[in-house]
Amino acid sequence: MSLVVSNLSVSHGAISALRGIDFSVEVGQLAAVIGANGAGKTTLLRTLSGLKDAISGNATWKDREILGKRPDELVRRGISHVSEGKSVIPELSVKENLILGGIWRGKKSDTAEAINEVVELFPRLGERMSQSANTLSGGERQMLAIGRALVSRPKLLLLDEPSLGLAPIVIEQIFQTIDQLRHRLGLTVLLVEQNAMSALEIADIGVIINLGEVVATGPANELINDPALRAAYLGY
Amino acid sequence: MQKALETLLIGLSTGSIYALMSLALVLVWRSTRVINFAQAGQAMFSTYIGFEIATRSQIFWLGLLFAIVAGALLGAGVDYFFMRVLFKHANSGPALVVAPVIATLGLLGLIRSIVGLTWGGEFKSLTAPASKNGFTFGEVTIPFSPLDSLTIITVAVILIILALLFQRTNLGLALRASAYSPEIAQLAGIRTARTRTIGWAIAGGVGGVAGMLVTSYNFLTPYSLDLLLVFGFIAAVIGGLESMVGAVIGALVLGIGLTIILNYVGTSLVFIGGFSVLLLVLLIKPDGIMARGKVRRG
Amino acid sequence: MAKVVGGNTGSKVRKKLALFFLIGWILLIIGDRVDELRVYQGAQIAMYTIALASIVLLTGYSGQVSLGNGAMMAVGGYAAALTLNNLQTPIWSAFMMAILVAALFGAFLGLAAARLSGPYLAGTTLALAVGLPAIANQFSFLGGEPGLLFDVGFPPERFGEDFTQYKWFFWIATFIALIALFVTSNILQSRFGRTWRAIRGNSLAAELSGINASQLKVLAFSVSSGLAGLAGAVLAMTISLVAPGAYTLALSFALVTGAVLAGISSLPGVVLGGFILVAIPEIADALASSLGSEDKLNSYLPGLIVSVLLILSVIYTPNGPGENLRKHFHKKSAH
Repeated sequence: MSLVVSNLSVSHGAISALRGIDFSVEVGQLAAVIGANGAGKTTLLRTLSGLKDAISGNATWKDREILGKRPDELVRRGISHVSEGKSVIPELSVKENLILGGIWRGKKSDTAEAINEVVELFPRLGERMSQSANTLSGGERQMLAIGRALVSRPKLLLLDEPSLGLAPIVIEQIFQTIDQLRHRLGLTVLLVEQNAMSALEIADIGVIINLGEVVATGPANELINDPALRAAYLGY
Repeated sequence: MQKALETLLIGLSTGSIYALMSLALVLVWRSTRVINFAQAGQAMFSTYIGFEIATRSQIFWLGLLFAIVAGALLGAGVDYFFMRVLFKHANSGPALVVAPVIATLGLLGLIRSIVGLTWGGEFKSLTAPASKNGFTFGEVTIPFSPLDSLTIITVAVILIILALLFQRTNLGLALRASAYSPEIAQLAGIRTARTRTIGWAIAGGVGGVAGMLVTSYNFLTPYSLDLLLVFGFIAAVIGGLESMVGAVIGALVLGIGLTIILNYVGTSLVFIGGFSVLLLVLLIKPDGIMARGKVRRG
Repeated sequence: MAKVVGGNTGSKVRKKLALFFLIGWILLIIGDRVDELRVYQGAQIAMYTIALASIVLLTGYSGQVSLGNGAMMAVGGYAAALTLNNLQTPIWSAFMMAILVAALFGAFLGLAAARLSGPYLAGTTLALAVGLPAIANQFSFLGGEPGLLFDVGFPPERFGEDFTQYKWFFWIATFIALIALFVTSNILQSRFGRTWRAIRGNSLAAELSGINASQLKVLAFSVSSGLAGLAGAVLAMTISLVAPGAYTLALSFALVTGAVLAGISSLPGVVLGGFILVAIPEIADALASSLGSEDKLNSYLPGLIVSVLLILSVIYTPNGPGENLRKHFHKKSAH
């Protein structure tokens, strides 16, 4: 077991957002967290990356507790979070956004190498290194956000709605890239998506969340083929 | 023509000192979303330290160095021991918006009283690192002095160091990223709280230089830097509060503008002039002269 | 329904009026029983009470922060002195003029301020507090550094020989403070007051429900400035002159401290705030003389106490000690 979430509960003030969440992901697996808008998917990721406090429960990565740690501490433990909505800093250049992910390691040569690998992966970014991140298209921004996370050389990647607001053709590219990525780098990925079908297609396991509770978990292909789930949560 | 040139030069030297204070305010504003009124107090404390060292060693530059170090330490201390506690406690109620502002005001008063209790209220005079008498060309003596030129050079050097720091180093990148988006910076592994404290330290050091430079022209008292704070703030507003380049440009514009008033209108209107500029900018271009139709935040 | 509410508030106002009369009467009796110094301090408390009410009205109720109340007081003080000295009109007209001029000045500033958010407004008013009193130095008709005389005259002879000058100040200041508080508390309970609080809560929501937030902010600024101007004139009366040295940045700081300690959104608290502001120099004096007789102590100890109080209260009871008590009781009654 690598990522284990047990009995996790989170609230926004008086409003309960997540209740008793349980699931686990093996090293090298891609888990898709599926659910409608407001189901609590984003809250789950924000809690796992240290942006939000839990009220109870546990979450461990490689047998060490990750709740109650700051995001920058978790980055040092190999957990990188690409937050919702193309998380790049528009005031900085593409290159600076990428460098940002490597600062914590303190080795410039290391960062440069990691950036080269990212550019190999996303050649489009390479062409725009000195441009302001503001000038990128939506898809390019998403690539940049993922690229920045990769420069941190994560072992566990938390991806929040990478398809949000992108054109269908770009969405397909992004999902393909994610799929390639994790095979190439041996990443464990927790992918939060509303775009259930595309996410489950590349996922090993699926976790379906509704109104703050896990309603189903299991191998992705079984979830896709379960008619009841399809009707109730996958929307087709 | 000659008078115009003199006005421009004096304005540049005045404005360059404002630029440092304005930068200090902008640095803190960007990272903490607070106008740090205590900046005047921090600069004053650092200047007293610098004054002591400069007077005892008879070396202005050693005093300046100590002022920078004292300012940086105090700046970091204020953020670490004061602002963090404040933000932990003041998190609700009608005072939420005003608490940080009022707190920095309280800190200004605290530092002022401590300085007053330590050094008294007497006028202290610092030996300037260069002559205050204007340059002489043959028969003509202009008001622009070696001290003025040294001020401009000192500030220029500091600005260049800061520009290199912010544009070329990882620390600078971390500082900028934490200011623009603390959340993304933290997700990228930046220790944002620590970075913020470093930002306060830099602002403190820069404020210390501003205090030492002002004090090489005027007497030092527990109140002598208040006006510097006000003009630094006005300059920062002219520059739009968010931009460091804007802060410097705003300060130079203000310095030259006030010198024009001083030379062509009279002393009595200098403050009114500065205040009118502030109101005008706020009414006409509230995002500063550097803004390009962006909406002001917060 | 509306009629019932209207009648209700009417009787409330009458009850409040009676209460204020009672307080005034008690104060006058106390004024007869204590020594000169206390009478003088009573006048100061009255002055601070008015000044603090002006801050509470602005910050506590409309959510804007002004650090420049000392400057507004200066405007009022100078307006009153110029009126009295040049027009030879009755005293009350000088006080009215102080309100009027300061309110106009405040309205002008408010026009700018209404468009400003927190840091801009705070900085602008701080600039005013630093610069405005100093401006008086530059203009001869304002008397420069020594300032202008402001002499409200001797107490009327019919009060008798024993009726001292300070007691006369105390009477005037108390009378003015009571009226000012009465009017302010009625404003706060009126439609305006409620709307101000709505703006403080949420400008956007207020705007959406048809309230013109910026107009009301200008009004709040203007009323608050008028009050500050009045306080400035009362201050001028107690020291018999108007000079830049009376309206320093330290005064503005002290007022903000008093307002925070009083509970920034509590009008009754301002009297307590006034007491504290008058007590601080006393305590500082006592401390200073027990610590030694250096000048430094006398000049900077009061500032130290004010700052420490301000910092502690803003960290631990940002909405005033009153707020904490209220919460405390609220919790108790809930359990």
